[in-house]
Amino acid sequence: MAELTSGVKHHTLSVLVENKAGVLSRVASLFARRGYNIFSLAVAPTDDERFSRITIVVDVESAPLEQITKQLFKLINVVKISELHPDESVEREMLMATVKAEAGQRGEVIELVQVFGGQIIDVGHDALTIELSGRPAKLDDLEELLRPYTIVELQRTGRIALPKLERTAPRLRSLKGKSA
Amino acid sequence: MTNMSGGQALIKSLEMMGVEVMFGLPGGAILPVYDPIIDSPIRHILVRHEQGAGHMASGYAHATGRPGVAMVTSGPAATNVVTPLCDAYVDSVPMVCITGQVPLAAIGTDAFQECDTTGITLSVTKHNYLVTDARDIPRIVKEAFHIATTGRPGPVLIDVPKDIVDPKNPRSAMEWYWPTDEDIDAGLPGYRPNTKGHPRMIKEAARMILQSRKPIIYAGGGILKARAAEALKELAELTGIHVVTTLMARGAFPDSHPLCLGMPGMHGTYTAITSMQKSDLLIALGSRFDDRVTGKLDGFAPEAKVIHVDIDPAELGKVRKADVPIVGDCRLVIEEIVKAVKQLLDSGEVERPDQQPWAAQIREWQEKHPLFYDQKEGGPLKPQYVIEKLREQAPDDCILASGVGQHQMFSSQHWKFEHPYTWVNSGGLGTMGYAVPAAIGAKVGRPDRMVWAVDGDGCFQMTAQELVTATAERIPVKIAILNNAYLGMVRQWQEMFYEERYSEVYLSPDLPDYVKWAEAMGCVGFRVDSADDVEATIEKANAIDDRPVVIDFRTDSTEKVFPMVPAGATNDQVITDPAQAPVQ
Repeated sequence: MAELTSGVKHHTLSVLVENKAGVLSRVASLFARRGYNIFSLAVAPTDDERFSRITIVVDVESAPLEQITKQLFKLINVVKISELHPDESVEREMLMATVKAEAGQRGEVIELVQVFGGQIIDVGHDALTIELSGRPAKLDDLEELLRPYTIVELQRTGRIALPKLERTAPRLRSLKGKSA
Repeated sequence: MTNMSGGQALIKSLEMMGVEVMFGLPGGAILPVYDPIIDSPIRHILVRHEQGAGHMASGYAHATGRPGVAMVTSGPAATNVVTPLCDAYVDSVPMVCITGQVPLAAIGTDAFQECDTTGITLSVTKHNYLVTDARDIPRIVKEAFHIATTGRPGPVLIDVPKDIVDPKNPRSAMEWYWPTDEDIDAGLPGYRPNTKGHPRMIKEAARMILQSRKPIIYAGGGILKARAAEALKELAELTGIHVVTTLMARGAFPDSHPLCLGMPGMHGTYTAITSMQKSDLLIALGSRFDDRVTGKLDGFAPEAKVIHVDIDPAELGKVRKADVPIVGDCRLVIEEIVKAVKQLLDSGEVERPDQQPWAAQIREWQEKHPLFYDQKEGGPLKPQYVIEKLREQAPDDCILASGVGQHQMFSSQHWKFEHPYTWVNSGGLGTMGYAVPAAIGAKVGRPDRMVWAVDGDGCFQMTAQELVTATAERIPVKIAILNNAYLGMVRQWQEMFYEERYSEVYLSPDLPDYVKWAEAMGCVGFRVDSADDVEATIEKANAIDDRPVVIDFRTDSTEKVFPMVPAGATNDQVITDPAQAPVQ
């Protein structure tokens, strides 16, 4: 799992679509029809209710990625597609996991979760349900560390992402350009 | 503002779009839309099977350039148009198909004649709609035509639940309006086809064209869709570059033109295949490097650079990487390339290499490897001979439709196409049974033209019942069945690649009796057994103008289509007819 989420074959596409019935099935069936695998998918309306944003993580090499992007763009309801490179975007994902934690081990698990900045959201007599959101790699790490305690159930949301903001004010940048 | 029902609004919207004719068959869910047709100037042609409606709409679109319209009911009728929709999708044919649907409240309940039409047709349409509000109907119809006819054309389906078109149901009530073009644009924020090519790329293309030694223009169906035949001719004549016309582009460049090399690909002419294979520059205009054209891909035109012009960005680099990719409308881009070439020639910036050796090489191939068949005196009737005679005796602008198989390849090879929009066939999907309904659609669209369909006996049996439609509607198409008693192309493959083990491929020349069948459908039927009777019978058929004609030509079962590049081979391995004199 860990190497899959952070592996080089993964690409994150941010797809702005019209918020209409059936659009998700158009997108999903296009992937099936062209033989590409969706690794994860998250979809929700944007601030403008006419549009939704679908964040798709695809496991393909870059050449077929160009083709799948072009094919996606042919869908009438797809308005905009951007590929979000890990270096140029902020990515978040949420994880929920139920972990075995008998009386003797409960403290260790809680400590581990706290180190990661996660939360305990449910407590049973021999298990805990924990929640963590953050960078996908961070989720991978916690998942790996929790494994020895026995993970009973685990659910991740799939990642969502937005492009990183400009660090430099536009005016300064143009000055820099002139002096160069 | 006028109040009307959704059904009336649907028909009125079609009228607003300039629809003159539609092809269809009514049924339960679509009944309320059929009622207003009685009062509409739109001509409705009642088909005998919904597949026929779809192919007729496609034939109509091929021949006229205007979108074909088909209308059928829900469930099995909708599934019957899936084949024509897929056919039109692969061949980029503009079509609008309206299907009935069970009432909104019944959707998802497995109601009588319910099926998930939009789900089923998702991957075989450019776009589809499930209408959920009668007030959306005018907008959706206008959007559907806009999408079907712009960018890369294709079929659009509108699924219409019964309650929103039925005047007895309050849900169908609406106030008539007609959206403006701006409304349509605003309603389609994700649809902006790019028609103008990138100026820098166009300049680069012009330079590359002038600097190449062995260029070939690889013209595809996009030339016809973009009405770019004139522009193509100007480019070819300006630069002196030879043109191959793919199966979808036959007629886009006249066969009689000295620069025309005919069809490339699996059954193309030797010269078309080989000149592409040996070229140093392929100028792909509205073509898509189909596997039937390229043969084994990694051995295809190994030395060629590629200029690729297409309106669909997804075609660029899909199969073969383009050195100069240009997204745009073929006509606009070619016109710009012509301008850029003229400028470069005038400025003297580019030194043109001598292209004479290449022209001489092409001429040599043409002389050594012409198309070949041998109609022996008193021997079995050759299908190619029939096509040559049909061509000779038909007017220059006669429209030819065909089905899929040997007869299609013989038609494409031996018919001489002189005008665009005179060839109607199923290229990408390879839909057997396409010819009869497509010819009917073409004749409806171009009643001034003679329309022949060359069909196989296997194909004919799939959709022949539409000749009843043709007789009833007085659509005088002419059908030439090349009856070789076999599924001919399958037989050819079994002979050549399956050690002559003929599995489930024999059909019989006499069953059915095609003449009686034709007569039963109100057509005139003829039978021709020998080459001697071909001309006289065609003459009789050509003279009939008040009903369809069917000629049952009994052709040689063993005749095969050559040249042939076997599946999986590279285009260096062209097999010519073994009976053809060996070439030194």
